[in-house]
Amino acid sequence: MSTHPATASTRPASEDSREISMTGIGSESEREIPDIPPNPVMEALKLNVFYGDFHAVHDVNLSFGKNEITALIGPSGCGKSTVLRCLNRMNDLVSGARVEGEVTYHGQNIYARNVDPIAVRTQVGMVFQKPNPFPKSIYDNIAYGPRVTGMKVENMDDLVEEALRAAALWEEVKDKLKQSAYGLSGGQQQRLCIARTIATKPDVILMDEPCSALDPIATSRIEDLMVGLRDDYTIIIVTHNMQQAARVSDRTAFFTARPDETTGNRTGLLVEFDRTSNIFANPNDKRTEDYISGRFG
Amino acid sequence: MSVAATTARDMTRVVSTGRSKDRGVGSLVFLGALWFSLFFGVMVLLVLIIDVAIAGSPRFDSALLTEYGSIVSPETTGFRAGILGSLWLMLFTALLAVPLGIAAALYLEEFADGERWWNRMIEVNLQNLAAVPAIVYGLLAVAVISLMGFNRTGIVLGGAVALALLILPVIIITTREAVRAVPQDIRQGSLALGATVWQTTWRQTLPSAIPGIATGTILGLSRAIGEAAPLIVVGLAGSVRFDPTGLFSEITALPMQIYSLTSQSREELQTAASAAIIVLLIMILGLNALAIFIRNKFQKTW
Repeated sequence: MSTHPATASTRPASEDSREISMTGIGSESEREIPDIPPNPVMEALKLNVFYGDFHAVHDVNLSFGKNEITALIGPSGCGKSTVLRCLNRMNDLVSGARVEGEVTYHGQNIYARNVDPIAVRTQVGMVFQKPNPFPKSIYDNIAYGPRVTGMKVENMDDLVEEALRAAALWEEVKDKLKQSAYGLSGGQQQRLCIARTIATKPDVILMDEPCSALDPIATSRIEDLMVGLRDDYTIIIVTHNMQQAARVSDRTAFFTARPDETTGNRTGLLVEFDRTSNIFANPNDKRTEDYISGRFG
Repeated sequence: MSVAATTARDMTRVVSTGRSKDRGVGSLVFLGALWFSLFFGVMVLLVLIIDVAIAGSPRFDSALLTEYGSIVSPETTGFRAGILGSLWLMLFTALLAVPLGIAAALYLEEFADGERWWNRMIEVNLQNLAAVPAIVYGLLAVAVISLMGFNRTGIVLGGAVALALLILPVIIITTREAVRAVPQDIRQGSLALGATVWQTTWRQTLPSAIPGIATGTILGLSRAIGEAAPLIVVGLAGSVRFDPTGLFSEITALPMQIYSLTSQSREELQTAASAAIIVLLIMILGLNALAIFIRNKFQKTW
């Protein structure tokens, strides 16, 4: 498929994206991926999520290695987005949601009583499925995060430029920073949302199907971007697109949904978590193999 | 006859019947009934306005706007006090009702847990408040004013309290709708960056909802400007002969003046009342036009 990051440098691209795909190429093929995630930044330990009486996610154990991209894949309703939203406590906003087990950030359980969810979200940023820029100028979209979190910023202009460059958007928008973000294309809006997240200098970036609303070219640029961002951030991505998981991620977690015998409610559970190459080439579990080869889901 | 057996010619006959079922008798009768209903509503309104305009036409002069009410010289009686009084009432009604209404709506939409019984009770009561007869708010305003220690009636404050109570439910309901129309994506985006719920409400939700809030507020005010019943209870005079000077000055309002003149027997006063009704209509239509302008100009597409 032509959207593979390794082929990105052969197609016309701006300065920024070429720079990023350069960093992507080397690491893609030669990158050493240890058996278990190194220096896990975040871990889920026996994570269970309930919405009211509905058991949405059952006993998930995962660890997310530093400067790795971890993909969460699986059929619809398997709880992968729910798990993702637990990692920065966005599930707190869903009324009736209840979390059991632990999610740790550098060893600290973020569901402990003395943890401020707002502080968690400044460390664990999130990019959503549908690009959701604020109805403000491009500049103000980026500056919003640092402003509301009270970040000490010496020069906001520099910070905005830095964030936009990191998201490979600077060259396209540098002359229209004061214009509304709604004038950008879908792909640009999504890169703006990534830049907005980077501006608050998080440690981990969560992405919830970030390309599902984008065309293949915009998708490929976001994928290039993720690979480029891996050196500075720990990235966790939920995707419906298995090729995407295979292209960008170092590790893949495969989820499935198990219907309850009495109620028929589908509870999500983790089937297999391994290096991406193993999941796609040599899965241990029959269900993973069936899903990967397109026999179900 | 199975589809497979149908030849092309048969199919042609099925669709080219030469008439439309949408033009059958039943459809036409129904359409006619709809047209009649529309016609009836619009005609009643038009006849009413034209009748009043003709009755008031001899008095479309500047004295109508600049003179105080006078029974001694009924041919030059004016509505200066009523127009100014209504404008003052609108100003203070807005000052009282808008901040309270917006704050209440924001609480209900952004902070309240809708599962709790007390929040649900508030919601139900809010719907009921919108249906309370206007005169009841007048009584309530009298009680509030006397509790506040004022013994004079018919002052700006009393009228403004009554009208503010009257339009508070309208403002709360329309503000809630405007706030609800702001996509959840925007709130989530803000919260995910580490903003608090308060920051998200103040910096994202409220600014995006302002056009809707402004529209609702103006429509509420245009309802309040036409009300006479609560003002009668609060004790506004039918006529005063001075301009309002402050929150505690005695005033009259345009609907009050119209009400008191229509009960007079002199024909000149009846004519003046008709002319004043047109002035009131123009003020209300002006407010509505402003609301429509704001809605169209600042309408957001998400």
